[in-house]
Amino acid sequence: MVNFTQITVKDIAKEVKDNCLLGIPADYSGVPMSVTIEIIKNKTKGLRLYCLPLTTIQGDMLIGSGCVNEIETAAVTLGEYGQAPRFQDAIENSKINIKDSTCPALHAQLQATEKSVPFMPLRGILGSDLYKNRNDWSVIDNPMNNSNTNDEKIVILPAVQLDILIFHASKADINGNVQIGRRRELATLAHASKKVYVTVEEIVDEDFFDSELKAAATLPSLYVNGISLAKNGAWPCGLTDYYDIDTNEMSKYAKAAKYQETFDEYMRDFISQNNYSNI
Amino acid sequence: MTEIFQSEIIISEISNLLKDDKHVAIGAASPIPGSAALLAQEERKNTNRKLQVTILHSQKFNNFTDGSRELFDASAQGRIDTFFLGGVQIDGEANINLVGTGRYPKLDKRFSGSFGSALMYFVVPKIILFREEHTPRTLVKKVDFISAPGISPPNIYRPGGPKYLITNKALFSFNKKKKNFKIEKINPKFTLDAIKKHGSDETIFIDVRDSGDIQKTGTIKDALTIPRGFIEFAADDQTPYFNTKLNKNSEIILVCGAGGQAALSGKTLIEMGYNNVKNVGGIEDWEKNKGPMDK
Repeated sequence: MVNFTQITVKDIAKEVKDNCLLGIPADYSGVPMSVTIEIIKNKTKGLRLYCLPLTTIQGDMLIGSGCVNEIETAAVTLGEYGQAPRFQDAIENSKINIKDSTCPALHAQLQATEKSVPFMPLRGILGSDLYKNRNDWSVIDNPMNNSNTNDEKIVILPAVQLDILIFHASKADINGNVQIGRRRELATLAHASKKVYVTVEEIVDEDFFDSELKAAATLPSLYVNGISLAKNGAWPCGLTDYYDIDTNEMSKYAKAAKYQETFDEYMRDFISQNNYSNI
Repeated sequence: MTEIFQSEIIISEISNLLKDDKHVAIGAASPIPGSAALLAQEERKNTNRKLQVTILHSQKFNNFTDGSRELFDASAQGRIDTFFLGGVQIDGEANINLVGTGRYPKLDKRFSGSFGSALMYFVVPKIILFREEHTPRTLVKKVDFISAPGISPPNIYRPGGPKYLITNKALFSFNKKKKNFKIEKINPKFTLDAIKKHGSDETIFIDVRDSGDIQKTGTIKDALTIPRGFIEFAADDQTPYFNTKLNKNSEIILVCGAGGQAALSGKTLIEMGYNNVKNVGGIEDWEKNKGPMDK
């Protein structure tokens, strides 16, 4: 028996409501693919994706499946498998809105929420077309006047709170604490989200807080609303210490996603294969 | 002799630029800069000037434990000496575009996005721009979208910025005051390829310097000598000055003292409809690599 709310992948997907602001982890920090497929099956609409700081196949699949209305990101790419074709198509044909950003800004907006302050300053950015296209960003004179740059102009970014965050991790302990290793951006995302759901490879019969070393790599259960077991839950993305990215599947996806018709066909197959157990 | 790959030459060139660094960071999907940094690290292994190399997205070479924001925080703190940035387009003032071509936001061709460039370009002292493809498509007059600007006014905090640009053809340095790039070195592989073509009927060599300069150094054997200021006339078959040896479909290879005049002449020829124009850079590199000379 576990001392936390254990739910199913389908339950988690149901928590993702139309038009919500959904937190998206990067390809290296636990992509919740099993839940993503359920979101697509639910035909969820109008999602606003907030990527920290980028997305790969997860974002591209959600966009290609018509679930997305807006994306705030520093990049969408399939990495060594090329550009993200459904994302490119959606931008080039104005099917979704984009808030083009830069990695540190995406972090800083969530860090403002972590601290419950209304905005966060960030250097850089000025003089870029990113700034010109962001009505929600602003520039101020450094009111502290404490830098070596005279009359310094600095950008301020609004605090952003996510409606919901979902990610995949290696382990949860008996009390619902989640091992995130050095992927501390998952903690930033969780701190800045109203609800947090996690899928894990395994649930282990111990308490991570019994070990100082393990505790340091843990997201405490106080930030987590529900956990589901999902073996291979990040597939075809990789999960550190568990499995590498599936290069065959990624190549297959990159090819299929080039056109909407072949993408739709790929998704029909993908869904019918039931790739994730314990759902 | 084993064949030398172009990528190996570029890796070696980049590695030379990291000589005085303490900490080099490498972003995602950058195998050539990554190899260069590890080469530089290896070369200094037995010295007391160790080089720290951080390769993001690598378990072994990622020195950070505070999540993906730590790279940006550490850079802003001045703990990283060199970082690499690329771009769909790079322009003469070192503005970089990682977002796409055409009119934003719809764009004709969307690319991935700006990543961390809009901060890294400002705070890392030595940014090396790396773009293998050296064509008018990638090195443009003005980028379609500025992901990060090459230069900033004095009221912007900016200890960092562009120092070098490396393509498969050349190494450039960036001059912040003049707001332009200068050719430092042509990729020797490119010079060697051009030397191989010397003597072929399909390739025309042109030295674009004035006769005084050519007299001092000599020039490529059998090269045409057409000064830069005269090239518009010599290349225009509607003028009496047309040089009948020129032909819009031949391969034309230009040379000058350092590569700058040849680049400008090349631009003119391309605008006039010459299809296959290349720049071999300065005559010194040609001679050093044992290209045939007229002295």
